[in-house]
Amino acid sequence: MNGDFVFRQQFEIKGGDFSRGGEVSCEVKNLLKEFGLPAASVRRAAIASYEAEMNVIMYADHGFLDFSVTPLEIRIVVEDNGPGIADIELAMNEGYSTATPEMRELGFGAGMGLSNIKKNTDRFEITSEVGKGARLSMIIRAEERRA
Amino acid sequence: MAMLTLKEIQVLLRGDLLTPGLDLEAACTKVFASDLMSDVLAFSEPGSTLLTGLVNPHVVRTACLVDAMAIIVVQGKRPNAAVLDEASAKKLPIIATGCSMFEACSRIAQYLPDGLR
Repeated sequence: MNGDFVFRQQFEIKGGDFSRGGEVSCEVKNLLKEFGLPAASVRRAAIASYEAEMNVIMYADHGFLDFSVTPLEIRIVVEDNGPGIADIELAMNEGYSTATPEMRELGFGAGMGLSNIKKNTDRFEITSEVGKGARLSMIIRAEERRA
Repeated sequence: MAMLTLKEIQVLLRGDLLTPGLDLEAACTKVFASDLMSDVLAFSEPGSTLLTGLVNPHVVRTACLVDAMAIIVVQGKRPNAAVLDEASAKKLPIIATGCSMFEACSRIAQYLPDGLR
């Protein structure tokens, strides 16, 4: 069942384009609502997607978000060509941040992003190579549960 | 005291509805106040009314993604037309008030049962 895609779409994310940050995740959320998935799963996927999308906007020149839905789960993979994450364990800590003042002025950069993705997903994997980029792979089960 | 509607909150805060035509009759059951969108994403509950002093487009996108029911902009700030258009398109009411964050929270809090703020 896991490979049984009902829907799949890829979105480009332009790094540094703060004015458009979040638009991809809003589109992902609209699609999930159209598919009639449980509201709690839609919300969790939208939050995880937005956190990952903003990471690309904030740290990379370019990236993409690959979004797919099976009858059982929502999968989101976000890849970028940014600086990469040298210490993934450290970056997962709440409060750890390398955000710039511009990011903080917009209300981001509190060091909650990766830990919040983990909180809102059922499976979360990060792979990264310093100087080349990062790949965030997320799975959210399509079921009614906590918001 | 019965739950406040958004319309009653608008009156309570002497606020202006900046997204004309959007429904304010829904009951406000939860409030989340923050200028930190990271915290809104991490800690707010669905259906919350968001109080904030930020007016950039990310406030609207964040509120939409966490299923907030409305945005109240404090401290006399006003989002620009593009932000208001985006909120209207997402059917997300924005009310602007001259109250400070503290004053706005204080006025609303006295009408919310414990546990809903």
